[in-house]
Amino acid sequence: MDIKVKNLSKKFNNFLAVDNINFTLEKNKTLGLLGSNGCGKTTSIGMMLGLITPTSGEVLINNKNINNANRNELLSRMNFASPYIELPKKLTVRQNLEVYGRLYGVNDLKNRISEISTDLNLNNFLNKNTGELSSGQKNRVSLAKSLINKPNVLFLDEPTASLDPDIGDFVREYIEVYKSKNQITILLASHNMREVERLCDTVIMMKEGQIVDRGTCKDLVDRHGRDNLEDTFLKIVRSENELA
Amino acid sequence: MSWHKIYGLSLRHIYLIRNSFPRILDLIYWPSVQVFLWGFISEFFTINSSYYNNTIGVILTAAILYDFLFRSSISYNMMFLEEIWSRNFSNLFIAPIKISEIIAALTMTAIFRTLIGLVPAVLVAIPLFGVSIFKLGIPLIFLLIALYIFGISLGLLVTAGLLRFGPSFENIAWASLFFLAPLGCIYYPIEILPSALQVVAKGLPLVHIFEEMRNILINQTVNSLEIFKSILISFIYFVFGVIIFYGAYYGAKIKGTLINIGE
Repeated sequence: MDIKVKNLSKKFNNFLAVDNINFTLEKNKTLGLLGSNGCGKTTSIGMMLGLITPTSGEVLINNKNINNANRNELLSRMNFASPYIELPKKLTVRQNLEVYGRLYGVNDLKNRISEISTDLNLNNFLNKNTGELSSGQKNRVSLAKSLINKPNVLFLDEPTASLDPDIGDFVREYIEVYKSKNQITILLASHNMREVERLCDTVIMMKEGQIVDRGTCKDLVDRHGRDNLEDTFLKIVRSENELA
Repeated sequence: MSWHKIYGLSLRHIYLIRNSFPRILDLIYWPSVQVFLWGFISEFFTINSSYYNNTIGVILTAAILYDFLFRSSISYNMMFLEEIWSRNFSNLFIAPIKISEIIAALTMTAIFRTLIGLVPAVLVAIPLFGVSIFKLGIPLIFLLIALYIFGISLGLLVTAGLLRFGPSFENIAWASLFFLAPLGCIYYPIEILPSALQVVAKGLPLVHIFEEMRNILINQTVNSLEIFKSILISFIYFVFGVIIFYGAYYGAKIKGTLINIGE
């Protein structure tokens, strides 16, 4: 599935959170959405998921508008993981996966839970309440929930935020391997530039609601004459009125 | 509507109750306390009031029916608040589930929560005070249906507020039923209200439900029209609640509250 974002804007009262952004995310590619806090990344993702109604413009997923009647049909083939959104804490990991498996209409749910629990090393705490888990464990459970329906489009918002380097690396590697074995289009919002360099085919840089640059990581680094993506990021967010 | 998804969402709340003994205890505790309190008040009035002296337990029956309404509405609100408190809101709204399926799941699960609390209280009242709501006979079923539909309608209106305005609307959730109680004529006949308020009260199904309950227990007659009216008025409120809920959902999408409601 591909994503086309056309002339997308969102205004909250007098604040323009997203200002006429346009991009295409090709099928089975990974796009990094970068920018400082408050630049409009979460609002953009919210509009792509159909959680926020755009003020103008449209989000087309496989050429179908997410805000039209197709929303549920599209959502059944999409998913989202973010450390800022939690699963019910008083339910066990298995119960949460079962509930979401049912909501996504997953066939042969028992086997799917078993499969994903093995892949993400959840078996030792499957019967533990989700609220009792460590950040790293919660993060993997959230990832498991986001993959329960084998989505064709996956939105990841800072998937390794607050994880130690070991678990962070485990998650990144898992995403890489999963992507290589499955037909999946990924949109990744992250502040970890090494993660973006490792996982993304192309990146978009956002600033004050606008897209200010785009390309492969190498393109951006070369264009801005920096040594790595982190320095490039800093140059872009600290410069004034730089537009693509 | 997909029953599979409705069941999935209901399961989330059933697991929540099943996993926690204090939660079950809490559900049972308050209706039982109500029965004890109103049981003794009922006994006192039965002995000392000429209005009630022929019929033991009118007040206690009213208290139990009102608690049924209260529990069904609060159960509805609580389940929605649980999603906000657990910061699970965005996960729920990006799942491929229709609003009608969410309403159906909450409606079905609310009755489960309500009955967990109320059945023990109803059963306790029989040996303890000699009062059984089953004395209302077959009409009891229809009165409970009317109360449940109205309870759910109030739940829908409050959850619509939560959806639109966020957790700050929480206090309204708790206050909503207390606001309506005086106009509901739960423990007294409608004639007690000033005439202007009687007009307002007749627009609520509660008056018809509780007047009919007293009619059955005191006069031993059944007025089917009153029961029909109570169900019809409750259903009108339900349709209104659904419309408001949909409006709040689309409003929340414009305002952006679906993505950060727990924050």
